[in-house]
Parts: sequence; C-alpha cells; structure tokens
Amino acid sequence: MSLQDRIRAVLDAEARLPVPAAGLADDDDLYRHGLTSHGSVRLMLALEDAFDIEFPDSMLSKQTFQSISSIEGALRGLGASDAAAPS
Amino acid sequence: MSLRDLRIRLRGGWRCRAVPEILVGVDIASIDAVNCAMDRFGERYLRRVFTAREVEDSDAACTLVRAGSLAARFAAKEATFKLLGTGDLHPPWIDVELRRAGDGSCSIHLSGAAAAAAARRDVQVLNVSLSHEGDTAAAVVVGTRRQGPSRWCR
Repeated sequence: MSLQDRIRAVLDAEARLPVPAAGLADDDDLYRHGLTSHGSVRLMLALEDAFDIEFPDSMLSKQTFQSISSIEGALRGLGASDAAAPS
Repeated sequence: MSLRDLRIRLRGGWRCRAVPEILVGVDIASIDAVNCAMDRFGERYLRRVFTAREVEDSDAACTLVRAGSLAARFAAKEATFKLLGTGDLHPPWIDVELRRAGDGSCSIHLSGAAAAAAARRDVQVLNVSLSHEGDTAAAVVVGTRRQGPSRWCR
C-alpha cells in the first residue's frame, strides 16, 4: 500500500470529511473539502499512530495538513516510507 | 482634507493621533468532536492541545460537561490565532491558555510563539467570552493594538 493510500485511509477514518478520500486528488485542498481546525488535530494524532512518528511543533502549520501531497512530504521528512508496515 | 478644514480643526482643539485599533477573533467547535477525540486519543490529545491548568479547570464529573468546557477553550484558542493573524504559521495550541477566575470568568494568557505573534502585532489586551449550547461551543476574543490608524479626536 502506497503512502498516499495509507494517508487516504487515515483521512476516511479520522478527519470526518464529507467526501471519501478516494475522490480527492493528491493536491486537493483538504480545508476546502471540509477539514476543520479540530479535524486537523484528530488527523495529526491519527497519523502519528498510523506511522509511529510525532509531529514537532515546527510542523504544526495549516500547510502541513493542506493536502495529501503536503502530508506525504511531512511524513517522509519524519522518516515514514511506503515500505513501513501500517499499524 | 482642505487646508481650511485643517485650520478649523486645529483651532477647535482637534489633534490627529493614533488610537487603539480593536481586533476581534471568533470560532466555534463541536463538543461531540472533542468528546470523541478524548475517547480516541486520551491523554495524548489533552496534552497536545490543552495546558495542565485547562484540563484541571475543566474537570467535571460528567464527560459531556467536560467536553463542552474543553471545546469552548479550543474555540478560544483558534479565535485568538485569528485575532493575532498567525495565518499559516499556527502556534502550538498550548501557547494560548485559558484561565478561569473564582467568579467563573476566563482570561487569556499567551506564551511561546503566540506571545511572539502578539508582540509583533502590538496586541495588548485580550478579553474572551465563552458559550456552549447543544453540540456547539463558541468563543469571541477581543484585543487592542496600540499603533492603530491615526484619527482626528479632541
């Protein structure tokens, strides 16, 4: 399973978006598709669980959670990869 | 303004000076969403979003009452970020602390990146009003900026 697919699975389970993540392009703006500020907290904590990482305060920006691509970039920066086993 | 109008104002004791600018931020939060996040993520959720004092202040026997109190605080934090104009550079939520006084009123105390953002914008006074009803909590935050636009005043 690719990193993008795993991010979509977390989005569907935790972000409470009104649309399924499978219908979102990698660069679609998640805030424009219904991601709220509190939803981004849930998303951050769920991503930490799924990828066994911790977002540092310096990455707590709207930009980090703006799109599947930006989340992927942040996760890769924290050491996540396609090969890592999902929890 | 014409030169004639300027003379009239100066003779009448009017002066052009900077007056404090009023800044407002508002936000709402779902109490159910906060309740679910407490269930799902427990202490880790509380530790990332709320200070120890806020968690203590909102302690209640009823889980939903506690979630309502915390949801109002979350809304106040987001309203403060809007007021401070932090934009994409979102300070940690724990940099904005809501403190409850003995009379039940709340005040806002800033630290870290939120305090730095307030200093950059010269924001000096922050007052907050919290409310919740049904599944929704709301907060309004008001501040002043000393270096506001210049206005004519007596």
